[in-house]
Amino acid sequence: MSIYLDRSSRVVVQGITGRMAQFHTKEMLDYGTNVVAGVVPGKGGETVMGIPVFNTMKEAAAATACDTSLVFVPPPFAADSIMEAADAGVRYCVCITDGIPAQDMIRVKRYMMRYPRERRMVLTGPNCAGTISPGKALLGIMPGHIYLQGNVGIVSRSGTLGYEAAQQLKDRGIGISTSVGIGGDPINGSSFRDILERFEADPDTHIICMIGEIGGPQEAEAAAYIQEHMTKPVIAYIAGLTAPKGRTMGHAGAIISAFGESASEKVEILTAAGVTVAENPSVIGETVARVLNKRAA
Amino acid sequence: MDIHEYQAKEILAKFGVTVPAGALAYSPEQAAYRARELGGERWIVKAQVHAGGRGKAGGVKLCNSEHEIQEATDAMFGRKIVTHQTGPEGKGIYRVYVENAVDFTREIYLGFVLDRSSQRVMIVASSEGGMEIEEISASRPDSIARSTVEPAVGLQEFQAREIAYALGIPPALTQQMVRTLQGCYRAFRELDATMVEINPLVVTADNRILALDAKMTFDTNALFRHPQIAELRDKSQEDPRESRAADRGLAYIGLAGNIGCIVNGAGLAMATMDTIKLAGGEPANFLDIGGGATPERVAKAFRLVMSDQNVQAILVNIFAGINRCDWVAEGVVQALTANPVDVPVIVRLSGTNVEEGQKILAKSGLPIIRANTLMEAAERAVTAWKNDRKQNTMMRAV
Repeated sequence: MSIYLDRSSRVVVQGITGRMAQFHTKEMLDYGTNVVAGVVPGKGGETVMGIPVFNTMKEAAAATACDTSLVFVPPPFAADSIMEAADAGVRYCVCITDGIPAQDMIRVKRYMMRYPRERRMVLTGPNCAGTISPGKALLGIMPGHIYLQGNVGIVSRSGTLGYEAAQQLKDRGIGISTSVGIGGDPINGSSFRDILERFEADPDTHIICMIGEIGGPQEAEAAAYIQEHMTKPVIAYIAGLTAPKGRTMGHAGAIISAFGESASEKVEILTAAGVTVAENPSVIGETVARVLNKRAA
Repeated sequence: MDIHEYQAKEILAKFGVTVPAGALAYSPEQAAYRARELGGERWIVKAQVHAGGRGKAGGVKLCNSEHEIQEATDAMFGRKIVTHQTGPEGKGIYRVYVENAVDFTREIYLGFVLDRSSQRVMIVASSEGGMEIEEISASRPDSIARSTVEPAVGLQEFQAREIAYALGIPPALTQQMVRTLQGCYRAFRELDATMVEINPLVVTADNRILALDAKMTFDTNALFRHPQIAELRDKSQEDPRESRAADRGLAYIGLAGNIGCIVNGAGLAMATMDTIKLAGGEPANFLDIGGGATPERVAKAFRLVMSDQNVQAILVNIFAGINRCDWVAEGVVQALTANPVDVPVIVRLSGTNVEEGQKILAKSGLPIIRANTLMEAAERAVTAWKNDRKQNTMMRAV
């Protein structure tokens, strides 16, 4: 198994006619992802690489039974597209777009609450690299070949640090069940805790590698959840030990503005919760391998 | 994006928040003239800089005559103000704001922030205004009232009243307080702010509620729909290198160290800085050139990093996924051939086609130091920087 995404996922790409979207749709198709539809208002009836394009998400859902969406829509319109996906009955949505206004995301989160839990769409991102269940499906912009199939669950705020972890694991012959990017924005669809819950329940995930950074309360929330509810080992890396306070470090959400938001405080909180924290990013793979070996012994 | 106090006050006044009468000045003469226009006998002159803690740093003065205003502002203009929020380089004073001084009986703290836990706008208020919120939460946490706003319906009157009562606002002023709170919320919401702070909000001797200071920060991601806010950007308050980088679509933050960094991805860029520190060095900057790492961006990044006089070594750390390492390596070689640099350059590539990339770097004949892991790259950068410094010192000695 894997979380959120597998061979049966029927993918719709929102904003499929854009240059970047076309490039990455091709990459996803090459990986074996079942892309069944595209949605771009005003472009209904066209096709992109043989994939039918619809004007609305509801039309796409009716015609293709798509249940998984990838949002490649420019920032001013991205929130609207996410809400359209939620309303069309999509189960899982990844939003790649970087630069969505925070208040638009507040509105999206509020809007999604109108659906009962069992019908509520799961959103990861925005401002993320996407999600991949190696060997099954890729939903995003990551290079698929750096991920081996296996039993490590990766969850990361940063895209390239997630790649770094996947590559280090591959170099050691260690594979991944699913890798989820939750994105670098202050208000995002899913938190570390949401993803950890899924990994805890997924029989194919044996160990979790969590990559956090400065800013926000999510790492501390994850630590509390890990301590109280998780049976699987978690290893973590937190970026930003040298980041100055009060400055936004590239990601809109990477800013130390309150107590507990610096990297050293997060490392302390996670360590206290029983998480093995990798001291530097070069040893993420090594640390996962060590914890795996200890468990096998 | 930050704006000045006087700009925040102008905005908030439009949303129904009461502010003291005030006027802006660009010179000491103008400040004195503006004071006369305002009338009254006592004025406060305030340096307009994008930083808190101005009072302690000499940026706020009470004056009793036009002469005093001229003297006080004469000492401000052209000077740099250094507070705990500005960094050691400080922020230049090019505008001052002159206001009528106000007698008040109470100081209140009022803040509106984006609360990441509840994913809503949160109001933070305290009866202990005048101090910074960090100080208040350390010394008087019991004085803080909080309330989150339901985004679908906005701030309700009862919520605003609850805050007014929690702060002990006199009953006759409750309605004024409600109007102030709702005005701030509407300004926050309608203009895509990420922070609105009034500290202090005062109860005057003549029983009015007045914003003595005001600070607003805006969501840069939402500026596309607020051109009137985008125009308030004041580049004189920004680090020139950071503004230049932002104009070129690069995320750059200058730091105090000597090892320049060129990295793709914000998380990896922070991790690179951290690793340099672990290896015994100090990073000179944060720089995210974006996921793509095209040769043009790499070249721009080299120019930007080298514009910092303190840089004595450069560490390039690129994870090449869809853009292969050989392609990124070509970019690095092109950039260094076109713009040779006189400091050691350490390049660490990872991802797709690493071996090809390494070969291209080796064959280029450029003095590039290669590394396999990030730790190795950081260690080599620190060693190269130390050796380079030693050599330079020796040359000076000769």
